[in-house]
Amino acid sequence: MTTTMNIAQAQQEVVEEFALFSDWQDRYEHLIELGKDLPLIAPEHKVDDNLVRGCQSRVWLNAELKNKLVHFTADSDAMITKGIVALLVRVYNDRTPQEILGASTDFIDRIGLREHLSPNRSNGLSAMIDQMKRYALAYSAK
Amino acid sequence: MSTKTDTVAKKGYDVEEIRAQFPILKELVHGKPLVYFDNAATSQKPRRVIKAESAYYATINANVHRGVHTLSTKATEAQEAARETARAQINAKHAHEVIFTSGTTASINLAATSLGQLLLKKGDEVVISGMEHHSNIVPWQLACERHSAVLKVIPITDSGEWDLKQVPFSERTRILAISHVSNTLGTINPVKKLIAQAKKKGIVTVVDGAQAAPHLRIDVQDLGADLYAFSGHKAYGPTGTGVLYGREELLERMPPWQGGGEMIETVTLGKSTWAKLPFKFEAGTPHIAGIIGLGEAIRWMQDYDLGAMAAHERALLEYATKELLAIEGLRIIGTAKEKVGVISFVIDGVHHYDLGTLLDQQGIAVRTGHHCTQPLMDRFGVSGTTRASFACFNTIDEVDALVAGVTKGAKMLR
Repeated sequence: MTTTMNIAQAQQEVVEEFALFSDWQDRYEHLIELGKDLPLIAPEHKVDDNLVRGCQSRVWLNAELKNKLVHFTADSDAMITKGIVALLVRVYNDRTPQEILGASTDFIDRIGLREHLSPNRSNGLSAMIDQMKRYALAYSAK
Repeated sequence: MSTKTDTVAKKGYDVEEIRAQFPILKELVHGKPLVYFDNAATSQKPRRVIKAESAYYATINANVHRGVHTLSTKATEAQEAARETARAQINAKHAHEVIFTSGTTASINLAATSLGQLLLKKGDEVVISGMEHHSNIVPWQLACERHSAVLKVIPITDSGEWDLKQVPFSERTRILAISHVSNTLGTINPVKKLIAQAKKKGIVTVVDGAQAAPHLRIDVQDLGADLYAFSGHKAYGPTGTGVLYGREELLERMPPWQGGGEMIETVTLGKSTWAKLPFKFEAGTPHIAGIIGLGEAIRWMQDYDLGAMAAHERALLEYATKELLAIEGLRIIGTAKEKVGVISFVIDGVHHYDLGTLLDQQGIAVRTGHHCTQPLMDRFGVSGTTRASFACFNTIDEVDALVAGVTKGAKMLR
């Protein structure tokens, strides 16, 4: 289970999982499937205040501190984006703020989704990671 | 050869010969041949334009209008030759009615700032349309704010055309600012007709021609436009170049926009006087290399006959429209009778961002999102669309690739 792994191990697991796919179509189909497992944000948190700025599709991200661990829920109106959020949540969910803050984010690059990482206006993966780290930073101060 | 290719070939249009002039079309994207359908954002450049721009740096680079030395003279001559080329292309009366800018956005900001200062008083009105690009909305909002004027909007019909029965002209209307062709819908607007109405009421007219320049013959005298703006980069020219055409008499009355070198006649610390047209509006060192490239792009289009290009693009548009509409749940936004080669569409249950991503994986470049026309997206009740926009170098086979790509993408997403 991912919860028993640290972030680096969880990332490695994702990298190995995606290495199984040789073509883009399988990779994206898998990503779209993953989106369906995303822990959905509660309706009361699906508000503009929780929108991640910088995404062409709409992404809502909420975080709560439960037993000293940061618990993320999210949603998006685009399926590929949702899949990427699901990947991030899978890796970063239920970690201590310190662990989230110290984690590297290059695994997205390593699974062949580099184009989603570029800091341009049309996508917001960096914006999502930044937002997760901001939540972690806020909780680490508590 | 299939019949669908024949319909294009019959017109005697050699698309392969044209493609050979665009080096970028040999690039691969994700290992697949590039299919470039984002021409309304920026078109690709033929080799002649790329060469003209670099030849300037390699052989005659010098500042214009200043030096007595040979290079400066040559650079000035090359830039002014581009001005004459642009003048002829839009049938302006005088070359000094052609002002070089960094693009349509700068042209409209110049127009809005200067005209605002000249014409707008408290309570006056500026009329735009509901399909304008943000760059033909925001500069007017700013001008209206500065002069306590009011912005009024021509509503858009379901087919994506101006509702000419509801043009909000009033006694207070001073300026009409409208697009010749919609970047999002492809609609070719009846600008000549509306300008004629505006003129009767003494309204000054400004046309955003960014999307018209690559597709239509523009005749500013025939249109009757007071000001007409377009970019180089959407019409096979370099980025960072544009034109603001203005009727001489109006330009003479308009105050300068930016101050600096080139645009003055005399400067004392108390007061300056302005240079003649067009230099009054060209402060600072212009994008000389780009302007030379812009001139070359126009000459290149003239050599290939804009009419033949338009016919080719029309064939692509008709074929793509028919084929895309066969996809289940696909709806085209913008169904005007008169269109350039632009197709915006939405598919039930498919987000444009997802579709754009999956098309990119197949080497197909389209634009997704609101296309800098958020009010228009609101009008049609969509958050964004997927837009394919054609140029003279696109082919029927590429349209087939698009249709196959969209079909595949939609299947993956539904």
